[in-house]
Amino acid sequence: MDNNIAIKADKLTKRFGDFVAVDAITFDVKQGEIFGFVGANGAGKTTAMRILCGLSTPTSGTATVAGFDVYKDAEKIKKNIGYMSQKFSLYEDLTVMENITFYAGIYGLSDKDIKDRGAELLDRLGIAHEAKTFVGSLPLGWKQKLAFSVAVIHRPKIVFLDEPTGGVDPVTRRQFWDLIYEASDRGITVFVTTHYMDEAEYCGRVSVMVDGRIDAFDTPANLKKKFSVDSMNKVFYELARGAKRKAD
Amino acid sequence: MRTLRFLLQKEFRQILRSRSLLISIVLGPIIQLTLLPLAANFEVKKIAVAVVDHDHSSYSEKLIAKIYASPYFTGGRYRESYKDAAKLVEQNKADIVLEIPQNFEDNLVRDGNAEIFIAVNAINGTKAGVGSGYLANIIADYNQDIRLQWSQPGHFSEASAIDLVNENWYNPFMNYFLYMVPGLMVSLLTGIGAFSASLNIVKEKEIGTIEQINVTPIKKSTFILGKLIPYWVLSMFVFTIGMLISRFAYSIVPVGNISLLYGFLSVYLLTLLGAGLLISTYSDTQQQAVSLAFFFVLVFNMISGVFTPIDSMPGWGKVLSYISPMSHFASVMRMVVLKGSTFIDILPHFIAIVILGVIFNTWAILNYRKTT
Repeated sequence: MDNNIAIKADKLTKRFGDFVAVDAITFDVKQGEIFGFVGANGAGKTTAMRILCGLSTPTSGTATVAGFDVYKDAEKIKKNIGYMSQKFSLYEDLTVMENITFYAGIYGLSDKDIKDRGAELLDRLGIAHEAKTFVGSLPLGWKQKLAFSVAVIHRPKIVFLDEPTGGVDPVTRRQFWDLIYEASDRGITVFVTTHYMDEAEYCGRVSVMVDGRIDAFDTPANLKKKFSVDSMNKVFYELARGAKRKAD
Repeated sequence: MRTLRFLLQKEFRQILRSRSLLISIVLGPIIQLTLLPLAANFEVKKIAVAVVDHDHSSYSEKLIAKIYASPYFTGGRYRESYKDAAKLVEQNKADIVLEIPQNFEDNLVRDGNAEIFIAVNAINGTKAGVGSGYLANIIADYNQDIRLQWSQPGHFSEASAIDLVNENWYNPFMNYFLYMVPGLMVSLLTGIGAFSASLNIVKEKEIGTIEQINVTPIKKSTFILGKLIPYWVLSMFVFTIGMLISRFAYSIVPVGNISLLYGFLSVYLLTLLGAGLLISTYSDTQQQAVSLAFFFVLVFNMISGVFTPIDSMPGWGKVLSYISPMSHFASVMRMVVLKGSTFIDILPHFIAIVILGVIFNTWAILNYRKTT
């Protein structure tokens, strides 16, 4: 397979009974790329992402993640990816350092690596003094940044972020994106879903999902040119207008 | 194995930090074990007998005196008519009405045969059953006295020559605690185990952390083990507290080998916690898990033999009781504590819970899906 391709999906489909959540989507993500997965609520973004993470089995179509097949090698995929779900996924009754130790530990990092990378992570976030604070008492912005850092502590090839900046203020969102760029600079491929169109502008390439299908797929600049508009917001509006599904 | 270490470290930290959980699983049983045995007492005392004596003869006086002399009955409630006595029952001031008809003595002396009437308030079934039983015993005894009195020396005595003597094996003094405390311990451990285990995985589902766990390369069996072991350790600890309470508060010293009890318990807990985790894998919210666990724990308790004997259950009840792990633990507990049974004696129960344990745990691992 092509070494420069991190994720490849071909006619990937997921049905729940009569409902087609993901409708034959085809796309590829290059290694080291920041790939934006954009769409209204209920467009099928999360379902598609869950398939790629090995959390959900597709109904038909093919997909490989980090070179592994989503049907056969889901567990191998899991060794090579990081994931940050919509729901906050750190343990609020554990301290910052305990959460880091736990997740790093179950990814098989050595004690020394856990200590070193943990310290490095706290340093980068500037929260070394909060190592022993319970995660539950941190402000939301910090929690999100911490959750992202923990999701990449085992240095995965790809990190999946499912609406990582929901409910976060603009300043913190900007800082969050700085973290994403840093990870990308270190060679980690970033797959991010969002419905903030300013964030879509930050991505290398963007795919816009409408009613389970990918209706547009290109760089933000090309998409804007194609629709003759000056922002991703308007691109999205042009595409989402025709959506039949109601947001859930 | 290394993964398991981190899982266990995390679970123990969370358990030890959850004050409400610790109170309900450690302090709860201590309080329950010291209070419940005093309250869950089936001994029947202070049965109030209302007497309507229409005869007022020396024989009727004698019968009444004999009844009131028994420690089980309280007297002093004489009424002139059955109607008045029945009113006492309605007001809940009497449990039994004893009516002695007119000519009781005459009939007894002339015909050697007289009738009396007993009415029992059956609202409290145990009290009614035991009370009327006691009363029948006293009347039979009274019969015996009269016959002995009448039988002339030299004549063949009509009195029964056979005297029944009861001896209560394994619990000669009918010490109520000896029977009930081990049973209550079984009941408490089962409740704690089933609830804590069934709440556990579902809690991670509810707060969303299960998603994060599911994208890691963690093995399903490792994850389940990581959830099972902490509650296993905790339950062993609770059992030890229970054994100490029954030793020092109720002076119960198991006749059998304590290590046999621990050995059986260690396997029983794997079975029980497996059942709890199974409930957890089927539930999406803690509320669902609690409702399910409550249902099963209640059924387990009712058919366990702790409160009612399994032998008197109908066939289907016996089958249910056989597939409920709690009944096996209840039997083994009493066998070892009261009779001093050995491993060979409890082997059938041991085999049964091993089979149940394998079923529950395999089922739980299969049903815990990392993918949908």
